[in-house]
Amino acid sequence: MSRWRLLLGSAAGLIIVAGLIAAPFGLKPYGIYILTLWAVTTIAAIGLNLTLGYAGQVSLAQGAFVGIGAYAAALLTTHGWPLGSAYVVAAIACFCIGWLLGYPALRVQHHYLAFVTLAFSTLIYLVFRNEEWITGGIYGLSNVPRPSLFGYPLRSPRDFYYFCLANLALVSLAAWWLIRSPWGRAFVALRENPVRALSLGVDTRRYTLMAFALGSGLGGISGVLYAPLVQYIDPTPFSLLLSLNLLLMVIVGGSGYFFGPFLGAIIAVLLPEWLQAASKYYLFYYAAFVMVLLVVSPSGIIGFFERRFTAARKSAPPATPVGQAKVA
Amino acid sequence: MADFIQLLVAGLATGGIYALVAIGFTLLWQTSQTINFAQGEFVMLPAFFMLGAMSVLGLPFWGAVAVGIVVSAIVLGVLFKRLLVDPMLRHGVLPLAIATMALALFLKEAVKDFYSAEAQPFPPLAAATNVSIFGAAVALQSLIVVAIAIGAVVALQLFLNNTQTGRRMQATAQNPTVARILGIPVERMILLAFVINAVLAALASALVTPIYLAKFSNGEYLGIAAFIAAIVGGFNQVRGAIVGGLLLGVIDNFAAAYLSAQYRAAIPLLLLIVVILFRPQGLLGRVEERTV
Repeated sequence: MSRWRLLLGSAAGLIIVAGLIAAPFGLKPYGIYILTLWAVTTIAAIGLNLTLGYAGQVSLAQGAFVGIGAYAAALLTTHGWPLGSAYVVAAIACFCIGWLLGYPALRVQHHYLAFVTLAFSTLIYLVFRNEEWITGGIYGLSNVPRPSLFGYPLRSPRDFYYFCLANLALVSLAAWWLIRSPWGRAFVALRENPVRALSLGVDTRRYTLMAFALGSGLGGISGVLYAPLVQYIDPTPFSLLLSLNLLLMVIVGGSGYFFGPFLGAIIAVLLPEWLQAASKYYLFYYAAFVMVLLVVSPSGIIGFFERRFTAARKSAPPATPVGQAKVA
Repeated sequence: MADFIQLLVAGLATGGIYALVAIGFTLLWQTSQTINFAQGEFVMLPAFFMLGAMSVLGLPFWGAVAVGIVVSAIVLGVLFKRLLVDPMLRHGVLPLAIATMALALFLKEAVKDFYSAEAQPFPPLAAATNVSIFGAAVALQSLIVVAIAIGAVVALQLFLNNTQTGRRMQATAQNPTVARILGIPVERMILLAFVINAVLAALASALVTPIYLAKFSNGEYLGIAAFIAAIVGGFNQVRGAIVGGLLLGVIDNFAAAYLSAQYRAAIPLLLLIVVILFRPQGLLGRVEERTV
C-alpha cells in the first residue's frame, strides 16, 4: 500500500519537475517572469512554514526579511559585488535578526508574537522608506543587474528562471532534510506540546530561536533572488501586506505540510494571472476563499485532502495543524 | 505652552478614539479569546454605512450615525460572531486570528472594489471653530471627540459594574465554566460583547472619519494603534485599554511634533516592543499565564 503511494508520489513529483523545466519553452517572457516569481516566493514561504508550520511560531515579519535580502542584493550588486556576496550577507543578517526577533517568542506567545513581528515589519518598512541615503527612499534602487554563474551571464528570463528554480530545488532539499532531522522533530515537538518537549530534554529556547532564525534566513535568500528578478527595488512591495500574504499562503496551502508553501504560492502568485478576467476582484474573492477554507479546514488545502483520504481509508490520523494543539 | 496644550488636546482626542477601539478589542479577547485583526476595518466600515444612509436613505447626519451604529451592531457584531467566530473557535486561537486577518483583507477589498478607492468626504462633527483654553486655540472638534469618548467609556463602565447583565458579562470573562454553572447564559453574554465591540467601533468611526475622510485603507493604522493601546495598557483590563489608548494618542502627537515626522509611526511600535519585552502583561494588566 505505502509502496504504491511512494511510487505514485515520485511519479507525480517527476512529472511536476519535468513540467517546471519544460515550462519556459511554451511561455512568453511575462509568463516566465511570473513563474520565476513563484519560485522566489515559494522559498520565502518554505522559510515561514518552518517557523509557523513546524515550530508553531506566528510571524508577520517574513516580508520584512524578503525586503532585507532584496535591499542587500540590490545595494551590493549595484556597487559591483557579485550576487554570491549578497547571499552571505542577507542570509547571515536575516538569520541574526530572526534570532533576536525570536527572543520575544521566548517570553510570550500566540497573539503577542504576531504583534511583535507585525511591529518589526512596519519598522523595517519605515527604515526602507525614510533612510534615503542608503535605500534611495521612495525612489528606490534601479538597474539591479542579473547575476552570472561561473562566468555565464543569466540575463535572459529563461536562464534566470532556471537559476531560481535550482535555488528552489536546493532550498527544498535542505528543508526536506531539516524536517526529517532531529531538529525538525524538535520543532514539531515544540509546536505540539512545549511543556512535554522541555521535559523530554528538548532545549525549547534554542529551538524556538533556531526556528525563527532559519525561517528568516530563507526569507532573506528569497529577497536576494527577488532583487535581480525585478531589477528595481522600492519599499512598496515589502509592506505588511507581503508578510500577510506569505502567512496566508502557508496557511492556505497547508502549514506544517512540506508541499503546503508550494501550493499556497501557486494560489497566491500564479492563479491571479490565470484568472485575469476576475483580477480586479481577485483579492476580494481570495480573502473570502481563505475564510471559508479556514472554517472548513484550518490545516489548509493539503490538510483537507489528506483528511478525506485518510478518512476514506481509516488509516493514520491526520496531522494536527498549527495552533490547534494548545489554546492558552 | 500654547503648543503644548494644543498637542495635548489633539492627542487626547486621538487617544480617546484609540481607547474606544482598544476596549472592544480587549472585550473580545476576554470573553471569547478572539484576537480580531480586522478591528481597524471594523472602524473603517461603519463610516461607509453612514455615508450610505445619508445618500441612499437621505437621512441627516446624526440619523445616519444611528443607522450606521445599528447596521454595524448587526453586521460586525452578530454576523461576525455567528459566521466566522463560532465555526472557527473550536480550531483554536491562532486559526481564528488568521481568519480575521483574511476578514480584514476582505472588508478592505470589498469597499475598494464596490464603493470607491478614493477618499470620500465625511461631514464634520462640529463647525471648524476654535475654543481658547489657557490661551491656546483648541479645535472644538477635538473637544467634542474627547467628550463623546469619555461619555462612552463611562457609560460602558457603569454598565459593566452596576447592572446585572454587566456583572454577568464580567463573570463570563473571568471564568466561563463557573459562570455557566451559576446559570449565566454565557453564549448570550459573549454575543453581547461582540455587539458592544461593534457599537464602540462604529462610534469611533463617526469620530475619526471627519478627520481622516472615509477611505478603505483607514483601518490599517487604526487597527495597529488599537492593538498597541490594548497591549500597552493591559490586554485583560478595560481600564488598561483606556490608559493605553490615551497614552498612545498623546505620544503619537508629541512624537510627530517634537521628534520626527518621518518616524512618527515608529514610536508607538517601539513602545509596543519595549512593553512586550519588559512588561508583557501591560502597564495595568494582570499576569495571565506563563508560556514556556
